[in-house]
Amino acid sequence: MLLVDFQKQLDHFSLEMQFELDREILALVGSSGSGKTTLLNCLAGIVHPDVGTISLNGQEFFSGGQKPLKIQKRKVGYLFQDYALFPHLSVEQNILYALSRGTDVSHITELTKILGITGLLGKYPHQISGGEKQRVALTRAMAVQPDILLLDEPFSALDDANRDRCQDELLRIHEKWQIPIIFVTHRIADAEKLADRILRIEKGQMTEQTVY
Amino acid sequence: MMPYDLSPLWLSLRVAVISTFFVFLVSLALARLMNRRDFFGKSFVEALILLPLVLPPTVIGFGLIVLFGVNGPLGILLEQWFGFRVVFTWIGAAIASFVVSLPLMYQSVLAAYEKVDPRWENVARTMGVSEWRIFRTITFPLAWSGILAGLILAFARGIGEFGATLMIAGYIPGVTETVPLAIYFAYEAGDMEKALFWVVIISSLGVAAITWVNYWRKKTAIRIGRE
Repeated sequence: MLLVDFQKQLDHFSLEMQFELDREILALVGSSGSGKTTLLNCLAGIVHPDVGTISLNGQEFFSGGQKPLKIQKRKVGYLFQDYALFPHLSVEQNILYALSRGTDVSHITELTKILGITGLLGKYPHQISGGEKQRVALTRAMAVQPDILLLDEPFSALDDANRDRCQDELLRIHEKWQIPIIFVTHRIADAEKLADRILRIEKGQMTEQTVY
Repeated sequence: MMPYDLSPLWLSLRVAVISTFFVFLVSLALARLMNRRDFFGKSFVEALILLPLVLPPTVIGFGLIVLFGVNGPLGILLEQWFGFRVVFTWIGAAIASFVVSLPLMYQSVLAAYEKVDPRWENVARTMGVSEWRIFRTITFPLAWSGILAGLILAFARGIGEFGATLMIAGYIPGVTETVPLAIYFAYEAGDMEKALFWVVIISSLGVAAITWVNYWRKKTAIRIGRE
């Protein structure tokens, strides 16, 4: 269970978030610059709130007045906008980057099959398409078996066919792994297709919550 | 047979290699600190690092003599702790090279770090990877072409250092006679042929270094590619 209740002052407004999330898929919608990515960054530990609390499955990520939990200890899978694949490493090296030798990689082998990227393992990021990058980045995020998955505009660079395919794959991953997933999107259709709940954020405020 | 004693070349190479090695280590750490941390007086610290770029070599030489001279605070410490003197030795020449080439290397490394997208490091952090391993496997390899260019610049600046070297190390043939000093004193003595010999040697080294850096940069850019 993810518990979020915090405030963070941004340049032009204050980001104020309060919600709970079980093993569901939550879509964040809202106009650009409304604070959606900052929310993901706060959950991942890249930036920190000013006051409040964030906890996941009883583990405190942030609690006002205490030292925030390090990013490395949060077990967060984060798919950045534009995917941020390491350009000097092959697809396989990207996916296995954080794993030490001898680690059981059966879940990764399965993921590469589900996502259809087995044939890309020897290639470099600049040699693969946008849709392939997205699937590689998703596999990489899942490789460390995270307790929560954060996706920042995961479908924005994809054409319709690739978008549908990636969305179906995300649903399969969620069904199998059963972890909370939060994704940012501009397309309400994506949110309606995938999410159990939709949270609209405007100028840092939660303006609307839809539960399906 | 070589027409001249080549000891100035070997000494210059030794001085430049050793000073570049320390410049490399110090610049990596300093640029990392300045790139990642904000602290009170940061601009002042950065100005101090870059100061040798704008100061006359004589001022740098004077400062080094004050610090490392037999009565200077660092000179006394080094003599007491390690039993060696800096003034009138090749170590003085290496320290002079270090000071003048540090700002060049620092600027190159800082620019190279700034080109590394922070998202790559953040992705690695979310995957539970330690800061040291992130630096070793992400930041350093992706900044490498800029760092290498800085290394070559620092080496070239170190090998060509003259003014501050003359002040702190003096001109002792066979002991502190680097190539730039050899050129100057050959010219002073009217030995134009010897001066020209060393000019050709040091210019060839410079051209080779710059050509190689340009070639390497292009090659690395192609190999790494971009997303």
